Amino acid sequence: MGKFSFWPESASSFAWEVDALYIFIGLVCLVFGLGVFLTVVGFAIKYKRKSDDEIPEQIEGNLPLEIFWSVVPLGIVLAMFAWGAVLFFKMSTPPAEALNFSVVGKQWMWKVQHPEGKREINELHIPIGQPIKLTITAEDVLHSFYIPAFRTKIDAVPGRYTTSWFEPTKAGEYHIFCAEYCGLDHSRMIGKVVVMEPTQYTQWLKNGNVAVASVAGNEPPEAVGARLFEEQRCVTCHQTNGTLGPMLAGVFGHEVKLQSGETIMADETYVRESIMNPTAKIVAGFQPLMPTYQGQLSEDQLIQLIAYIKSLSQTGIQTQAEHRAENEG
Amino acid sequence: MAAVEVHDTPELQEPERRTYLNAGHTLSSWLLTVDHKRIGIMYLIAVTSFFLVGALFAALVRLELTTPAGDLLSADLYNKAFTMHGVVMVFFVLIPSVPATLGNFLIPIMIGARDVAFPRLNLFSWYLFMAGGLFALSAAVTGGVDTGWTFYTPYSSTYANGSVLLAGMGAFVAGFSSILTGLNFIVTIHTMRAPGMHWFRLPLFIWAHYATALIQVLGTPVIAITLLLMMLERGLHIGIFDPTLGGDPVLFQHLFWFYSHPAVYIMILPAMGVISEMIACFSRRRIFGYSFVAFSSLAIAIIGFFVWGHHLYVSSQSVYVGLVFSFITFLVAIPSAIKTFNWAATMYKGSISYDSPMIFVLGFMGLFLIGGLTGLFLAAVGLDVHLHDTYFVVAHFHYIMVGGAIMGFLGGLHFWWPKMTGRMYPELPAKIAAWLVFAGFNLTFFPQFLAGYIGMPRRYHEYPPEFQIFNVMSSGGAVVLGIGYLMPMIYLIWSIFYGKKASANPWTGKGLEWTIPSPPPTENFERTPIVMEEAYEYSHLEVKKVG
Ligand code: HEM
Ligand SMILES: [Cu+2]
Repeated sequence: MGKFSFWPESASSFAWEVDALYIFIGLVCLVFGLGVFLTVVGFAIKYKRKSDDEIPEQIEGNLPLEIFWSVVPLGIVLAMFAWGAVLFFKMSTPPAEALNFSVVGKQWMWKVQHPEGKREINELHIPIGQPIKLTITAEDVLHSFYIPAFRTKIDAVPGRYTTSWFEPTKAGEYHIFCAEYCGLDHSRMIGKVVVMEPTQYTQWLKNGNVAVASVAGNEPPEAVGARLFEEQRCVTCHQTNGTLGPMLAGVFGHEVKLQSGETIMADETYVRESIMNPTAKIVAGFQPLMPTYQGQLSEDQLIQLIAYIKSLSQTGIQTQAEHRAENEG
Repeated sequence: MAAVEVHDTPELQEPERRTYLNAGHTLSSWLLTVDHKRIGIMYLIAVTSFFLVGALFAALVRLELTTPAGDLLSADLYNKAFTMHGVVMVFFVLIPSVPATLGNFLIPIMIGARDVAFPRLNLFSWYLFMAGGLFALSAAVTGGVDTGWTFYTPYSSTYANGSVLLAGMGAFVAGFSSILTGLNFIVTIHTMRAPGMHWFRLPLFIWAHYATALIQVLGTPVIAITLLLMMLERGLHIGIFDPTLGGDPVLFQHLFWFYSHPAVYIMILPAMGVISEMIACFSRRRIFGYSFVAFSSLAIAIIGFFVWGHHLYVSSQSVYVGLVFSFITFLVAIPSAIKTFNWAATMYKGSISYDSPMIFVLGFMGLFLIGGLTGLFLAAVGLDVHLHDTYFVVAHFHYIMVGGAIMGFLGGLHFWWPKMTGRMYPELPAKIAAWLVFAGFNLTFFPQFLAGYIGMPRRYHEYPPEFQIFNVMSSGGAVVLGIGYLMPMIYLIWSIFYGKKASANPWTGKGLEWTIPSPPPTENFERTPIVMEEAYEYSHLEVKKVG
């Protein structure tokens, strides 16, 4: 954090890549801008009116010149586009080995949960050199999770999950800002990322953080999710050979066929919608029986349930399609 | 196009000459007028008053931001101040600035008509505008609004306290004024052109307003519906935008920017038209590449409808959608570049005089250049992830909307002031004001690019201390800028009473407006002019510069 400077701190693998594009566009603009500026100033001096009745030579225009100064800038901006696009693509595609943290924004704080279950508020402790993926949502209004030193930002949208990822490269403490205006204390919805050596991070995970020790539940989210699955009676319909509701093992991350004939990728947002607004998308072969859980589950609990459902697909349990094929065959 | 049938070669005017100004002196002769010129003046007074209100809020914001701590205003007041600043400046200053004032005054005259196509509708538009303004101002005094001018849901529809409905209503009603004005201009330009005034003889000011009017008519209804839905959701919880009611908060952003991106062109295109007129006149040159400049206005108006998604790169929009919007955004930069190059080329081998409006032109070119070029940083999607919602964006759009649009507006006001009032303003203060605005503007907004790149988010009441230096520079610059804006208000009003009488054509211009006396008679032209030349036919001059 520290003192005034003209350049933001650089603490993720994206930082220099974003800076490189910034410098490239900056230099192009400087050359172009100065070119136009000097031309105008030059003309302004050279062609100053000499007498009140001076009549200058009239020039209609010049087609080759028009083509030249349309096509050349077009080529240059397309290069900028391509560079920005490639970079964005990379920033939007977390690597498979990334650790998944969840972040919930609410007026006016950030709640974070580590994959192992540890929770913190307005702080994010992470190890150097480890790709980290954030799955983000909001409880109330829009927020935006912004870490200038990492050059990453993603909106926290109520009712949806967004993701962002980065790989921290430098130990230190950096700002977290809320970048989307969210009401009264928007400018106080700030926090810090603490980037640590991996050994320190393991240490920190073990010792806990005294300041947030009071935040309940440092269990892994999928474990809590499994309990919720029982408590909320999801099991009544979604048990292994249930006919009331589809089995959930192997659903996450796969395509689901809907009543309407569409297929849809079962991601976090889909699962969430299925819980909160079950009749919006009915799976082919089932009735719209499921009650809504709107208002009964907190954002944290939703994240835990989703983590559990996700874990069902990672433990090698057969997928729904395989199951059905077996039954039919 | 000066070689028209000009009959009464306007000598130094005898005081009894009937003009639109002395056609009636009562208040009702103004409030019930259907003369496009008087309506233009009434808009000018209204817009200037709103500008003062908006500037007052800006002053509060800048004062608060001189120190990192939120000490002068409470967070609540700060949020209300920047919201009112945005609402007033966008909907009640920038959008009507050039079209409603200069456009109203000049479009009929420039095409050789006696009035707009629907004079009563024109007056009605003014009343709608004033009604919208009163709604917005009453929002400020009945608790204020703290949603930002963007009214993002679900904050505005569910969470915000205060007079959101009144402010929304203000923008909604003013929107209809804008739609009707656009409609009026389109019909006027299509049907009321004088004999011989072909499309390609139209001054570029007209082309720019035509393109603007298209956006007003096609885009404004969308924002009207969007704001209405937001207000309905707030009042009746209908569940369009709030996810807990089954709505989609991002839908609001799509609808909002579908209008509001084109709206930024509503602000800048007319100013570009003003610049074309002035640069031609003060260089005594036909605009280089006339048809390229004309069509680039249309290209901007059309392509501008397909770039709204660049405000949503990090709003959970899909990656591919982001890429498509980035691509189209880069395309829309080209017509702006074409205009800039053609303006520069117009000066080549010209005969350039530096009367004060020309200083505003040069200022416009400098600021618009910076504003347009910094748009390229934001258009590059991978880079915008970092820049979005920081002060970099704040600086960018101020360069365009304030640096560009207001500079064009002020320049145009100086340029046509003699025509509108029949008086000359003093040159020296005008030149000083133009330079002060240019310098003050850069001092205010350039540091914000730097603050933005190091990560200062916008709409922050408090901020970490490392951003302070930029904010101090910005607040200091705002003082200079404020003086630059206040000066014209003083000497322009002074000139109405004490200024030298203006001749019909003080700048040796070529438009039809310079063929009629200053100030013009109510009917503009005694006899319908017949146009026999292209616009900007500076190969010969008949009128010697007087006064
Ligand atoms: C060269 C042409 C331009 C390009 C490439 C460009 C690009 C962009 C981009 C990508 C953004 C979104 C940034 C973000 O929110 O992260 C943006 C914001 C903005 N631009 Fe431009 N722009 C250009 C010209 C203009 C013009 C002509 C105007 C106005 C007349 C304008 C006014 C604005 C405004 C008002 C915003 C943001 C408003 C807000 O968030 O409140 N831009 N521009
Ligand atoms: Cu926030």
